[in-house]
Amino acid sequence: MGIRVDLDKCTGCGDCVQSCPFGVIEIVEGKAHISEHCTLCGTCLDVCSYGAISIETAHEAAATDDNHQGIWVFAETRNGNLKSVDYELLARGRELANTLKAELSAVCFGYQISDVEQLIAHGADKVYLIDDPALANHQEDLYLSQFTRLIKEHKPEIVIAGATALGRSFIPRVAAILKTGLTADCTDLEVDTEKRLLLQTRPTFGGNIMATIVCQAKRPQMATVRPRVFKKKAPDNERMGQIIKVDFNKEGVTSRTRLLNFVENLTERVKIEDADIIISGGRGLGKAENFHLMEELAAVMGAAVGSSRAAVDEGWIPYSHQVGQTGKTVCPRLYIACGISGAVQHLAGMQTSDTIVAINNDPNAPIFEVATYGIVGDLFEVVPLLIEKLRDNLL
Amino acid sequence: MDIIVCLKQVPGTTQVKIDPQTNTLVRQGIKNITNPFDTYALEAAIRLKEQYGGKVTAISMGPPQADEMLREAISLGADEAILLSDRAFAGADTLATSYTLARAITKIEKYDLIICGRQTIDGDTGQVGPELAEMLSLPFVAYVSKIEEINNGQMRVQRMIEEGYEVIEAPLPAVISVVKEINVPRLPSLRGITRAKSAVIPAWGAKELDADQDRVGLAGSATRVIKIFFPQRGKRAEILQGSPQSQVASLVTKLRENGLI
Ligand SMILES: Cc1cc2nc3c(=O)[nH]c(=O)nc-3n(C[C@H](O)[C@H](O)[C@H](O)COP(=O)(O)OP(=O)(O)OC[C@H]3O[C@@H](n4cnc5c(N)ncnc54)[C@H](O)[C@@H]3O)c2cc1C
Ligand SMILES: Nc1ncnc2c1ncn2[C@@H]1O[C@H](COP(=O)(O)O)[C@@H](O)[C@H]1O
Repeated sequence: MGIRVDLDKCTGCGDCVQSCPFGVIEIVEGKAHISEHCTLCGTCLDVCSYGAISIETAHEAAATDDNHQGIWVFAETRNGNLKSVDYELLARGRELANTLKAELSAVCFGYQISDVEQLIAHGADKVYLIDDPALANHQEDLYLSQFTRLIKEHKPEIVIAGATALGRSFIPRVAAILKTGLTADCTDLEVDTEKRLLLQTRPTFGGNIMATIVCQAKRPQMATVRPRVFKKKAPDNERMGQIIKVDFNKEGVTSRTRLLNFVENLTERVKIEDADIIISGGRGLGKAENFHLMEELAAVMGAAVGSSRAAVDEGWIPYSHQVGQTGKTVCPRLYIACGISGAVQHLAGMQTSDTIVAINNDPNAPIFEVATYGIVGDLFEVVPLLIEKLRDNLL
Repeated sequence: MDIIVCLKQVPGTTQVKIDPQTNTLVRQGIKNITNPFDTYALEAAIRLKEQYGGKVTAISMGPPQADEMLREAISLGADEAILLSDRAFAGADTLATSYTLARAITKIEKYDLIICGRQTIDGDTGQVGPELAEMLSLPFVAYVSKIEEINNGQMRVQRMIEEGYEVIEAPLPAVISVVKEINVPRLPSLRGITRAKSAVIPAWGAKELDADQDRVGLAGSATRVIKIFFPQRGKRAEILQGSPQSQVASLVTKLRENGLI
């Protein structure tokens, strides 16, 4: 088990050392030595000209169970409304389904769900709908049993869901029951049509490295996808599709967890995940009071206020405003970063924004590497001028 | 209250740099640390023990050097630690990791609560907690930011979701994953450090866990990494020149031209 270097074949050329994205190979006494931190990613296998490196597994992957067909999108609802991530997943799911010549289905749970037809208008061929009071509060145990049952019954080959608080919590449990693979928090999905594999790309190591992951032998292939990485398409209200109402199966399912109370976060006037424009502030603001500048600018632009983790950690603004790896992923039309250095974890949450403006006094700040327009300057000078200018323009 | 905390040793990635020549991670000088989110999990466990009595056991699956991290956990207040280490565990994805952890927890037998971090900073999946819960057939609550009360075999916790937070009640034993808002971890005590030095940390392999060889490590992993690459950054920003006044003026012009305002 594990990775092996055939010392007879290894010439100590060092190509593998160069290739290892994790820097875990060294040449020791003229031979490659791979440390225990190896992730078995296999990059070195391909570069070794001498075939000296091999990865052994106990068994070769079993043949794919090819009874599975079709792509499923889990369409999340909240208070009877569909979420925007549903449309994003359907947009990409439709493209993948066309490439694979497969059917695209949406699975939707909730109570008194409005606009279910919109799932069809956005690309679904079929909608499996369970509309039942028991599912009103997205009790995860109930979602789990219903979703697993439907998957076992209809055998889709691919299942994707939003990497939301709900998706990231209950989808792994579905995968565990089905004993299949699940790739978290994907930022890109492609398909290999020949092998019918879903190529799932996601950031790891805090966004420093991208990995493409496949689930070779187990079905369905499952992935959660970050909200806002795919663009939703305009609905086609003429599209034909089938809504299949499924009964809630009460047999043997009670929720062990009970929702006692929900406390809404009221500090966000405009939700950053839905905003067209986001004004984001970082440690460069210096203190909590200076977030007023961000709010003022946001007010004239009709924007939402976001922040880097540094500002959240300082206690200047609540966590719900945090953009990035461990905060929210956003994809507004315009993102204005003020006093944010552009650490990779922050970039992971905002770099797909259409237009990015960076205001920072350090010309070498990495934020300028991803920004569309940059202003090197003191934000306390630049932002008030910008507010003034925009106000004048509106008059 | 017997509590099990799942900890993972990870490279301290805040300092991870990419070597521009070779396009690989620069590992020199990078220390292995306890996954930051797992320090909150450990702290939560220790506080519960202080409040309700009982025992905290720290477990980790990883290479032999994870022993040092487990010693640190003991210095902070864990009563016991167990290392799950075996060549056969290498290359595990979340499915194989949670299976291995579940085997260990089953072997430990006595537990009321299992606490995980919300996610690791290397794998970054956050899947091990929920998958583990399912393999143990236990209730699961993700993103716990506060443990309000434990009473009569029930826990009441707050968990963060996009729109705010929920108060949830669930029976024990259960699995939770915690976020950093839950607490501020303490520093090790002198007594703890002494205890950690002499602590015996057993290492369990596949045999001790009576684990199915086909479900651990690479063999038990459903997912495979087929490609690793570095994120492409777009081209550098167009830097707006001139006085602050003219910088702002040209910004506003650009934004207007692009229909953004
Ligand atoms: C596991 C993990 C997850 C993380 N997740 C996230 C996440 O989700 N989101 C996130 O944002 N971060 C995250 N981080 C933290 C991230 O690595 C950075 O620490 C953080 O983004 C830095 O925030 P900042 O840019 O505001 O602060 P700094 O890096 O301190 O940058 C402040 C910037 O302001 C500039 N500045 C100062 N004064 C002025 C002025 N008067 N005018 C103009 N510019 C000025 C400075 O030049 C500097 O570039 C994570 C880290 C880890 C380890
Ligand atoms: N190898 C491991 N050993 C022990 N606990 C782990 C391991 N991997 C993950 N965990 C736990 O599961 C959580 C989520 O990890 P991940 O799914 O890798 O993001 C972590 O915060 C840990 O609490």
